[in-house]
Amino acid sequence: MADSTPAGLSAPAGPMTEHGQGMTIQRTRLQGRDGDLLTVNFGPQHPSTHGVLRLIVDLEGEVIRGLKPVIGYLHTGIEKQMEALRWQQAVVLTDRHDYLSPPINNLAYALAVEKLLGVEAPPRAQVLRVIMSELTRLSSHVVWLGTSSLELGAMSAFMYGFREREKVMDLNEEISGFRMHTSYIRPGGVFADATPRFLEMLDAFIREMPRNVDEYENLLTHNPIWIARTKGIGHLRPEDAIRLAASGPMLRGSGINWDLRQDRPYSGYDKYDWEVAVEDGCDCYARYLVRIKEMRESVKILRQALDGLPPGPVNIDDRKILPPPREELETSMEAVIHHFKLATEGYSLPPGDVYVAVESGRGENGCYIVSDGTHKPRRAKFRSASFVNIQALEQLALGSMVADLIAVIGTADAVLGDVDR
Amino acid sequence: MTSPVFLVPPDPFGVYSNPIGHWLVVVIAMVMLVFVLLTATAYTVYYERRVLGFIQNRPGPNRVGPMGLLQLAADGLKIAFKESFAPVGVDPLLYVLAPAIIVVAAFLSWAVIPIGLSDSFTYWVANLNIGILFVFAVSSMSAYATLLGGWSSNNKYSLLGGLRAAAQLISYEMALGLSLVPIFMITGSLRLQDIASYSVQLGPYHGPLPLIVVAPVSFVIYFISAVAETNRTPFDLPEAEQELIGGYLTEYSGLKFLCFYLGEYINMITTSALAVLIFFAGWHPTFGFLPAILTFAIKVVIVLFVYIWLRATLPRLRYDMLMRLGWKFLLPLAIANVVVTAVIVVAVS
Repeated sequence: MADSTPAGLSAPAGPMTEHGQGMTIQRTRLQGRDGDLLTVNFGPQHPSTHGVLRLIVDLEGEVIRGLKPVIGYLHTGIEKQMEALRWQQAVVLTDRHDYLSPPINNLAYALAVEKLLGVEAPPRAQVLRVIMSELTRLSSHVVWLGTSSLELGAMSAFMYGFREREKVMDLNEEISGFRMHTSYIRPGGVFADATPRFLEMLDAFIREMPRNVDEYENLLTHNPIWIARTKGIGHLRPEDAIRLAASGPMLRGSGINWDLRQDRPYSGYDKYDWEVAVEDGCDCYARYLVRIKEMRESVKILRQALDGLPPGPVNIDDRKILPPPREELETSMEAVIHHFKLATEGYSLPPGDVYVAVESGRGENGCYIVSDGTHKPRRAKFRSASFVNIQALEQLALGSMVADLIAVIGTADAVLGDVDR
Repeated sequence: MTSPVFLVPPDPFGVYSNPIGHWLVVVIAMVMLVFVLLTATAYTVYYERRVLGFIQNRPGPNRVGPMGLLQLAADGLKIAFKESFAPVGVDPLLYVLAPAIIVVAAFLSWAVIPIGLSDSFTYWVANLNIGILFVFAVSSMSAYATLLGGWSSNNKYSLLGGLRAAAQLISYEMALGLSLVPIFMITGSLRLQDIASYSVQLGPYHGPLPLIVVAPVSFVIYFISAVAETNRTPFDLPEAEQELIGGYLTEYSGLKFLCFYLGEYINMITTSALAVLIFFAGWHPTFGFLPAILTFAIKVVIVLFVYIWLRATLPRLRYDMLMRLGWKFLLPLAIANVVVTAVIVVAVS
């Protein structure tokens, strides 16, 4: 990488370098190659790196000859912080690493805790979890669509995408009180039952969403410039996708039918009638089509979930894990004790470790927790799809142009909070 | 030499016949033009932002003044008070010269562009017999500005932006020039006044002919090249905010940034005005009773709308794609257009 030279200091003079503020234009010579390479620091403050991804790019003209991702600019220590919180408190931190799909992160964590506890959420909670997961997938995909099309210069899709995201935010607010970091899905069930207004809003949303997806498609799918910019760009062969452990649309865009919702069903995903979106193109356009199709499939799942929402409680009936209802506290001594225990100490998990993976908008979002039998996690670790997927960046971008790198970063759809955690 | 016509002819006080009076009139004409252009630019920006807002389901600027009409005054004032700094290591002369070139070039084009004030009065600063060539020569200079600005900024992104500007220039300029050759053949003049007033006698119809009717292919090539010339989406490669962080603009701030911005928007109005003059019969009555100046303005606004519409709709091309488009599609098409038109013109006459 290029060393930075502070302004005003004289830098070592050399025939191959020119000095500027905070930057040295350094020409490196790659072995066996005659042309000079220009090393450019792409990010962390760059409009198209989805946050603070830094890429050290060697350019020959505009052709990329070397690329090295550097991460760590958004490290929040979420996994470490979780060790200091009780099992039920740590939920709020899971919201925050992949900030575009909080309920799905909650779900991975809740499922892991439940698995170690040996309990299962009641049916209504499971359906509500599916509803929230699919809403989140939709909102994450529209943000992806908006930002990555904006990066290729199509600015209207960005506004259209955020219009729909706003509606998902309203739904989040209605059901959980929070627009973004909902912490709605918790070990043992969900935060609260869906309100009638939520169900009405959801119904309206499901009815208008297919039209909105059509609108995005009208703008992009058959647009010759969009096709020219994405088709054949960022080629990821199926065997490379597997070797690089890519998941989600990155994997399915390379023609591999692997979706945890169908291959390792959780929360009753096997009960819904929907198709996994797979495309054989192996390029940015295929990954775009996969996400578009996933939006349509998500709407299908939402419709079925809303129509088949069973009655019943939304939390397990276990006073050792979840506090008793408020009105019980006034009449039952035992309820007060339970409440006191949960509020001061929380619950303990049996010793052991467990890994649970769910399918987020970006791919396999796994949660690995270790319990030493106390009321706090010994270790919590997230296998985030963003982190694994950006491994493929170098493979995807080498030999293409700077403008293609933008398309590649876009379709990799990394959330940097999720990468660094 | 003809003089700017904005006094009522015949000249009652003999101003035009007096050399000092003549130059006085020219200077006044230029100053007026600069003010009109600056205002037009400001409201083009406002118009663009409102139209973009309309297309994208959002209001656009609507807070400063009635309907946000003073937004641009506020923006201009803000930008004028910005610190005008230059990064270390820039080429001091070229770094300042580049924004100057783009503004000068942008204003210079307007010297030869005629504006019909009414049916009988036309406003111009210079009635050049090679007006259209002058516009092309001068507006190509704006590519120098982007190239030099990108090169002198001592920033890798700027450098890439400058390189793209150069690559872009050579790919559309040929097609742009050739696209208008059929027009010259048909009208037999390079003077913009003549082209705009080109009239025909066709049966019962006698009057100005919008040349798009006879040369639609020329218009298509002209418009695509003009979008490339003004660095607008989908050809805004040299700045490409999402790729090159603004490209040649990256290291510019304050008034120098404003100069680039101004240049881009004036060029946009220039190419729109040229399109109206050449292809849509300029200020000659099209909308019935409307006065000439309004007819002209409305047509320019419509062409500007297409620019904005493109920006709202299309993704950006990659720069090798633009070069391919320019060399492999537009240029052959333009040449074929010239040949076919030549044959037809000879056959008809």
